[in-house]
This record gives sequence, C-alpha cells and structure tokens, in this order.
Amino acid sequence: MLNARAFAEPIASRWTQTWSGRRRWPLVSIAGAAIAGALVLLPLAFLVIQAQESGWAEVQRLLLRHSVAVLLWNTLRLTLACTVLCAWVGVGAAWCVERTNLPARRLWAVVLVLPLGVPDFVVGFGWVSIDPALHGYLAAVMIMTLSLYPLVYLPVASALANLDAGLEEAARSLGLGPWQTFRRVTLRQIWPAVLGGCLLVTLALLAEYGVFEIVQYRTFTVEIFTEFKLGFDTAAACLLSLVLVVLSIAALGGELALGGRGRSWRTGPGAGRIAPRVALGRLSAPVLTGLSALSGLALGAPLGALVYWMLRGSSTTLPSGSILAAVGHTAFYSAAAAALATALAVPVTALAIRHRNRVTLLIERLAYLPMALPGLVIALGLVAFSVHHAFALYQSALELIVAYAILFLPLAVVGVRSAMGQVPPRLEEVARSLGCRPASVWRRVTLPLIAPGLGAAFALVFISAATELTATLLLRPTGVNTLATQFWAYTSELSYGAAAPYAGLMVAISAIPAYLLSRRMTTLARSERTR
Amino acid sequence: MRLRTLATFSPFLIAAATLLAACGSSHGGSAITLYNGQHEQTTAALVAAFEKQTGIRVNVRTGDEATLGDQILQEGENSPADVFYTENTPVLEALREKGLLASVSPSTLTAVPSRYDSAQGDWVGVSARVSVLVYNTSQIAPSQLPGSVLELAEPRWKGKVGFAPSETDFQPLITAIVKLDGLATAERWLKGLQANSKIYPDNETVVAQVNNGESAVGLINHYYWYRLRDEVGMAGVHSKLHYYAPGDPGDLVDVSGAAVLKSSSHQAAAQAFVAFLVSRIGQETIAHSHSYEYPLRLGVSPAPALRPLAQLKPAPLTPAELGDGRGALALEQQLGLL
Repeated sequence: MLNARAFAEPIASRWTQTWSGRRRWPLVSIAGAAIAGALVLLPLAFLVIQAQESGWAEVQRLLLRHSVAVLLWNTLRLTLACTVLCAWVGVGAAWCVERTNLPARRLWAVVLVLPLGVPDFVVGFGWVSIDPALHGYLAAVMIMTLSLYPLVYLPVASALANLDAGLEEAARSLGLGPWQTFRRVTLRQIWPAVLGGCLLVTLALLAEYGVFEIVQYRTFTVEIFTEFKLGFDTAAACLLSLVLVVLSIAALGGELALGGRGRSWRTGPGAGRIAPRVALGRLSAPVLTGLSALSGLALGAPLGALVYWMLRGSSTTLPSGSILAAVGHTAFYSAAAAALATALAVPVTALAIRHRNRVTLLIERLAYLPMALPGLVIALGLVAFSVHHAFALYQSALELIVAYAILFLPLAVVGVRSAMGQVPPRLEEVARSLGCRPASVWRRVTLPLIAPGLGAAFALVFISAATELTATLLLRPTGVNTLATQFWAYTSELSYGAAAPYAGLMVAISAIPAYLLSRRMTTLARSERTR
Repeated sequence: MRLRTLATFSPFLIAAATLLAACGSSHGGSAITLYNGQHEQTTAALVAAFEKQTGIRVNVRTGDEATLGDQILQEGENSPADVFYTENTPVLEALREKGLLASVSPSTLTAVPSRYDSAQGDWVGVSARVSVLVYNTSQIAPSQLPGSVLELAEPRWKGKVGFAPSETDFQPLITAIVKLDGLATAERWLKGLQANSKIYPDNETVVAQVNNGESAVGLINHYYWYRLRDEVGMAGVHSKLHYYAPGDPGDLVDVSGAAVLKSSSHQAAAQAFVAFLVSRIGQETIAHSHSYEYPLRLGVSPAPALRPLAQLKPAPLTPAELGDGRGALALEQQLGLL
C-alpha cells in the first residue's frame, strides 16, 4: 500500500498543477460513476442483508469447520498457479503477435482470443468427453489457464500495439540488450495491462463453478452452489460468498500494491511510432508450434468434442428457425450489455485516473467486485431488488442487460483503463489551452485516443455476455432463449448432437468482435507507422 | 472525421436505444406462467396439449429446478410463477415448508396413488423414475450383480463404481438408507462408497462413462440409460440396467411433481394445468414422449421398453417421507462428498 502511494503521489500532485488551476469536477463523469457504483452495490447489499439472517450457529456450521481450511487452501493455490500461468502465456502470446514478424498474425490475433467465447460448461464437457478420468488440482489448473489466458492476452496485446518505440530505442542506444530492454522498459510500460489482466483472471477464478464441478475440485464457489442447489439456503450461500468478497478485496489491494495504477504515456516530443517487428528467423517454427499447441488445447478440445457429437449423436437435426431467434437474442443482449458496460466504465476509469482521490479510487475498485461473485448471487440480488422495488423491470430485457453490465463491468474497466493510462494528459491540456471546451476535448482528443480500449472493453463484455448462463436463466424474459440456454436445455436431455450447433454458434458469434478488435488494432498501428 | 466520431459514439447510442426499446416492452396478459424444472421437451408437449384443450396460454420458463426454487424463495409474495413443475420433490418440500404452496385441489390429488403426493396435499406426483444400477456388460457378468445397493460399499467393488453425489437424485438414496437402516449404516455406506468410486458431476456423465467402460457400474435413475440409448443408438450401447432386490433401499421411486403457488393470481387456471398433468391425456403425453418416465395415473401404461411399474417392488418409502433432503446433504458435507 505504501509503495502504491509513493508511486501515485508525484503523479497526483503533477495533476493538480497541470490540469490548470481550476479544479472543476466533470459532472457527467460523476453521474456516470455514481450509477455504476450504485449498480455494483446492489448485489453486495443483497449479500450482506441475506448473510445477516443466518445466526451464529450457521456461522459455526459453515465457516468454523475443518473443511473450510481445505476450501481456502484449494481456492488459494489454484488462483495463484493459474494467475501466474495466465500471465506468462498471455504476455508471451501477445508479444509474439504484436511485436514479431509471426506469419498469419491477423489470424492469430483472432484465434488467441476465441477461448473466451467457449463457455465454461462447454469446456468442461469437452475435456470430460476426451478424458473422463480428468479431475483434481492439475486438471483444474490446466483447463482454467487455457480458458482464461485471453483475459491477460487482450489488454497486453492492445498495450503493445500502441506502445511508442521511443523509450525502447533509447534503452537500446544506451547499451541494454534485447531481454534487458524488454524487462526494464517494455514490461514496465505494459505492466498495468498485465496486472489488470491478472486481476481479472484471479477474480474470475474465485467465481468459477462449472469447470470445478466437472473436475471435482472443491473451492468456495462450489460450496456456495451446493448450499443453493441442494440446501435451498440463500442465507448460507451468501455467508460463504462474503468470504469471496474478502478474498477479492485482498486481490484488489494486491494489484494496487504491485503498481497496477502505473501509467505509461510517452515522454518524448514528436509523433509516436510503433516499433519495428522483431524478425523471428529460426525461432519461427518453435513459436508457431507453441501457439498452435496453445490454441489446439484451448479451442480444439472443446470444439472437437462438439464436432464428434454432431457426427455421432442421433438427435442432431438441421438447426430450425428457433436457432435464428436464439442468435438474435444473444447478439442483441450482448451488444447492448457491452455498450452499457463500456459506457459505465469510461466515467469510472476517467475519474480514477484524472481525479484520483479516495472516493473515485473506491468506486473503481468496487467495480471489480462483481467478477469475483458467482453469477447466481448477483442474479438473485437483482431478483430480490426488482421483485420488491421495480416489478415492471422484473424479467425484462432491460434487467438482463443491466445484469450482464454489472457482471462484466470489471472487463470493461480493464479495457478502458489500459487505454486511458496511455493517453498523454498533455494532449488534453494543449487542447484546453487552445480554447476547446472540456466536452469538446473529450470528443475530439480523448475519445479517439482511447477508442481501441473502448473496442477491447466492448469485445470482452460482448463475448462474456454471449456465453453467460446462470443469470440468463434467472432474468431472461419468460419464453426467450439464448444460445447458452438452448445448449444447456439440450445437454440436460442428453441430446448432445442437437446441442452442439448452439455451442458452435456461440464461438462463431464471439469471433466477430474478436476479429473487429484485431483489425482495429492493426489498422491503428499501420496508420501510426505511415504517418 | 464525422464518421469516426459517430463510430466512437455508437456504443453509447446503442445503449440508449436499447434502454428505450426495453422500457417499451411489457409483460403479457391473462395467461399463466409455468416455472419448469422438468426436461424442456416433455414440458413443451404437455403445454401444447393443454393449450389446445383449454385455450389457456402458458408462458414457460425453463431452468435448473433448484435455482428456480431459490428464485421463488426470493420472489415470495410477488412471484410471477403460477405453477412450479419439477423433476424431484425435495425442492417442492422446501417451498412447502416456507408456506409458499397452495393446496392442490382434491380431485387432482386422487388421480394418482396418494403415496406419490405431498402428505399435506401441497403438491401432486406427476411421473416417476426408479433408481437402478447401470453396468458395463463386458466388465460385469449378471451373476456378479449386487442384490442391495449397500453391497457397493464392500471392498470387492473398489474402483468399479461411479456416482454423482451432487445430483438431486442422490440425496433420496441416502435418506432412504437412513430411514430403513439407520444413520450409522448410512454413514458407513457413504464412506465405503466414497472409497470405491469415481465421482462424476451428473447422472448424464455417470451413464455415459459406464457405457464407455470407465466405471464398471453406476448409480442412476433408469431413464438416463434409455435416453443415452436413443442418442448413441443400439450399436453404441455396451451397458444394461439392473434392478435391486425388492424392498431394497436402493430400489427407490423418485417422483417428479407439480404445485400451485400460493401467490398466484390465476388460481383456477393454475389448478387446471396441474389437473391436466395427471389427466389421462397429460399422462399419455408423458408416456409417449422420449423422457422414458413412468406415468403415475393408474391405467396409463409407460413406454413399451420399460418394465411396468406394478412389477417393481420399491422400498416402502413415499417421496413425502424423503423430505427436503437437508439431512442427507449435511451428511455428504460432513464426509466431504460435496
């Protein structure tokens, strides 16, 4: 904590000097951040209210027993191992795609993101179809690393794509070798993106249920679902969820302490340039093999199982008209949720970076919490609220969209933050000094600069929402199906052949934002280079 | 430049448009809403037949039955649900204990044998399935099969058993053993089973893995095997079903039930739907669907492939006696099975 402050203080003081003498608060941002904060607090309030209902005897039964130590140990060792592995895999893959002359880079940029578009229940189903004996700690670490590394890859790739070559060149000219330059200059510049990604991985692991249930790995969230599903005991489940809140607060503090708030805007004057790509040469073959193995395991395993069932299963039918409706609903809800979450993430992040104080920082940290809570807890929180206070909204499309936006707000915040951290405040100051009004500065300077970050935020939320199941089952309008709910309905009847096309479409629909995102990043880089 | 600005703002425009569009939509008219924890296809057939017969529209909301139960608990007085139709009875018992269910009309209750109904008359049994042992025919000879489910805890079954302790079908089995043979036996049995078994996430996986030869035998309900047979075809079937000895605690009838919510503002229509589920047409719809469940109404025969329910001599326990399964759950948690 001390480190973080030491790091932040000079920047903050610089801010009050440079953001002109007038410290006017941007009211629009404040309103947006307040809405975001209120939405996040809603499920948290539900948790606390419900947990209070369980008395001391319940606390003893649930929290003061031997197996809680086992659950805690299981949760911690898995989170640690997976996060570190995701960091290595994500940074390595991002560097290969963005900074080397890797063949078919555009294709890789899409393929490497796609594991995010495969829902956890499809991943688990695929692996168990391949090897039914797969279970326990190592299986959980492997499967989760393969499905979560894109959360590190995406922000890091976006940071690398927009990195100015100036600092690296200066380092090289001062005699640092390539590895030293990477470690001491490049890595330091992309550090906020790396940490942001790791934070998302950690929080996602805390809330994961589907895969752990399948490989029989017991974490807190598995225990929470047991209380919900077999005990019908909401109070107990919420009490256990509070442990997740405590764990995620520790993770959020840890990220701050490790320097996740660092910023990496350029120092030198003149136009930024994108660094020339490293020629892989003889390393091409091993790098290609490595990336192929990664995608083969992360995508091939679940998709292979689907193809197998489509060919084998007798319930396989030609997709009917209802599949189109499911695609339409999935795309619409996900796009709307992605837009809403991105729109909420902008003021939250802007305030936390440009007007940093305890309150703005608290709101930004709060915005991460939903990621660490099981979707069921958040969805039930919304059920409890809307059924009693906003019945007109209950089980409406709007409520489902808001639920997605709350659930995946952390993804949007990370996407926006990594972009905004790279915007040199000086550009905004220049615009102000030339007579631009604040709103106009936002529109003409800041927004174009953070556009790739907004795109990343949008894509991340879209993909996650398109594959969401738990909250969808609770909050969708009655009678409406999404791809995820249809897949679930068919697999629970053992009609794997009929289910497979729905999962295939989920991946396909996720490929669109992933593709647009990669294109956006490369065109941006190209236009920079030719400037 | 204009275009680019527009592109930058487009997410926000979409968001605004969505909010407006969503605010415009509203909830439907006088139809009833069914919270459906049963398999979707069976329910769809039943709903179609009911709508045709009565003209009452049914909005179906399918979900995991336990999660739907949690949802109804949260909704309380304001629940939009009129009828709750589930695969198992513990969740109905849990709602009954909280006083959320209305009484089912007496004529509906009498349509099926009373042993399959709630003791208080708050829910009615609709269909049933039998807990059985599935075995891989190339690994186990019929002569080796156990007469009682209790034998599966013996050392000779080490490494051969597969089961799904987190499934709602498993707690009734524990409860039955506790009621018939006592808590100590149940605890010993669970420990032995735990030592002998591979644990799977659900019954679908259990039956598939026994069929693949990953486990030699598996504890399931009979219909999972028939559904797997439909999906993989006869050529892909390498397993058979074994029924335990008459009266054995393993030989258990699990019931799927339906109830009317006390909070429903369409009591008459909701009661009509529940009555339809146990009517002759409703029960025949169940028998002819591919769910392979036993209809409970006397005189309606199940799918031809099934051994008639009357020939089975299940354990002398009613679904109502099996309760909400909390005791079984606590036992499983204590032994680290969950």
